[in-house]
Amino acid sequence: MNKEVDAAYDYQVPLITGKPTFGWITEKVSSIVESKTSKEWALLFGLASSVMLILLGSIGYLVWEGIGIWGLNVPVGWGWAIVNFVFWVGIGHAGTLISAILFLFRQKWRTSINRFAEAMTIFAVICALIFPGIHVGRIWAVYYFFPVPNQMDMWPNFRSPLLWDFFAVGTYFTVSFLFWYTGLVPDLATLRDRAKTTIRKKVLAIFSLGWRGGNKQWKHYELAYMLLAGLSTPLVLSVHSVVSTDFATAVIPGWHTTIFPPYFVAGAIFSGFAMVMTLALIARRVYNLEHILTLTHLENMNKIILTTGMMVGYSYSMEFFISWYSGNPYETFIFMQRAFGQYAWAYWIMVSCNVFIPQLFWSRKIRRSIPAMFVISIFVNIGMWFERFVIIATSLSQDFLPSSWDYFSPTIWDIIMLVGSFGLFFTLFLLFIRFLPMVAMAELKGVLPQADPHHAHEGEAH
Amino acid sequence: MEKQKKPVIVLAEFSSPAELLHAAEKVRDAGYKKFDCHSPFPIHGMDDAMGEKRSPLGWIVGTVAILAFVGMMGFQIWTSAVDYPLVLSGKPFVSYQAFGIPSWAVMVLSSAITAVFGMWALNGMPRYHHPVFYSDNFARVTDDGFFVSIEARDPLFNANNTPGFLESIGGKNIELLEE
Repeated sequence: MNKEVDAAYDYQVPLITGKPTFGWITEKVSSIVESKTSKEWALLFGLASSVMLILLGSIGYLVWEGIGIWGLNVPVGWGWAIVNFVFWVGIGHAGTLISAILFLFRQKWRTSINRFAEAMTIFAVICALIFPGIHVGRIWAVYYFFPVPNQMDMWPNFRSPLLWDFFAVGTYFTVSFLFWYTGLVPDLATLRDRAKTTIRKKVLAIFSLGWRGGNKQWKHYELAYMLLAGLSTPLVLSVHSVVSTDFATAVIPGWHTTIFPPYFVAGAIFSGFAMVMTLALIARRVYNLEHILTLTHLENMNKIILTTGMMVGYSYSMEFFISWYSGNPYETFIFMQRAFGQYAWAYWIMVSCNVFIPQLFWSRKIRRSIPAMFVISIFVNIGMWFERFVIIATSLSQDFLPSSWDYFSPTIWDIIMLVGSFGLFFTLFLLFIRFLPMVAMAELKGVLPQADPHHAHEGEAH
Repeated sequence: MEKQKKPVIVLAEFSSPAELLHAAEKVRDAGYKKFDCHSPFPIHGMDDAMGEKRSPLGWIVGTVAILAFVGMMGFQIWTSAVDYPLVLSGKPFVSYQAFGIPSWAVMVLSSAITAVFGMWALNGMPRYHHPVFYSDNFARVTDDGFFVSIEARDPLFNANNTPGFLESIGGKNIELLEE
């Protein structure tokens, strides 16, 4: 049988193809960071950072002028800012799933993609945190979120899901960052030991904290890493659950459902894997990482996209069923409006991208076809943005009082800020792949067969 | 008067994780305590081979986690029911169900911070100066080098015998580092 076929099921088959040695991994990954800046990178960075500057400029205008520059109207008080917030937080979830949950399940294939996915998590959460920050309008009063003594002698309302969100997402960002940095320390030490210039050596020495790779260090390091994975696992499940309570604790039809927390978590993992896939395919191609990010890794990710896509599809149909089964006329009405009303176009984009298109991954050929998975991953990204738009816009625009119904249309500022957030995301991502090792070298070395002290040399009998 | 140079650490290189593991067992059996085995990645079974105890980090983090949860719960009850009681959407002053969520978040946050900085503290990090860095060959520890180091502070250390001992158990490129 073909050896590649087996790799997905049988961990006796190497995860890294070719004949990798420890030195080969060091060289392969470090040389990307140590080589000269390429013209393509500079071009992409110029483009991404320009788009990011447009975002920063438009935030300045928003603070000056107020949130009336967006397309918000009276029933639809939450527009694209919240759509973008939920979208970006969701993207982050795949990174934590890969770094923490797959670590606890001893899924060794994660080592090729975890650094990369964790970085994506951090940058996505940065993009996410901007939107609730700016949508409050009076941005100078944001410190009310923090439980600090203030001139009014008042404390935050801890019964509000918006405050839970602040705590959940703030914790999520900090923990993800600590996890990522902890993983980076041994790899920064590798770069330190390879550095040619004094200044580079000094900077890397500071950030690698004097790492010596002694087992007396590894002992505490490994336990800290496992504790972080153990903490991140329930955290990642709780973050999007808390985000969903922003909606579920409201009495708005279409929001007030108990299915929201698991539905949001499944959607988050689904969208996040699609984003990891999009980015991984580009980086794999540009930096020739085919031996490290093998087709097996990509196929495993596609299986997760297929699974979570079906969970999301199940949630869509269950929402419909319950709206009918509950006998609540407002619920029934809003769901009929979603599928056949004024936002039907958005609803069917969502269902097509999230439910129908990923079904193609049942075919093994498509699961292993790079162009197919690239296109599908982009469709999923689009579909998941529309999912949040459908949830927010349909329920708000037609609630209990028909006299106040209104249709939401975005303004140019809504569009600029969504595009601008991608500029911010790609700026940070490009900086990451230029200056930091995008594959976890120490972890990858640890899963090579020769890293096992009981591994016999090739040709020798056990 | 110029300071007399004296040996602080001896370093020996081994060629594979398996050799390092066997070397660790022999150094342990010889009775050395202040020694370390350096490798580019953690090696399974090395703690036993070196006779190392389990890291106490789990207990530290666990304690902090409990304190943080209880503390945050208490803080919310105090602000919402004692310091400035306010009726909000008709909910009770002590809405423990709602308070559980920020308490959970603060618990995870404090535990993660403790796990990272506790690990730094237990490892003595950041530490930018260490005798092993005197060796140029040691730079390979973060690439594909496997090393045993024995510190001169170890009561069994002897500048004349210890390097020979490391050589006898299969060590290469023995270096006696002085400062």
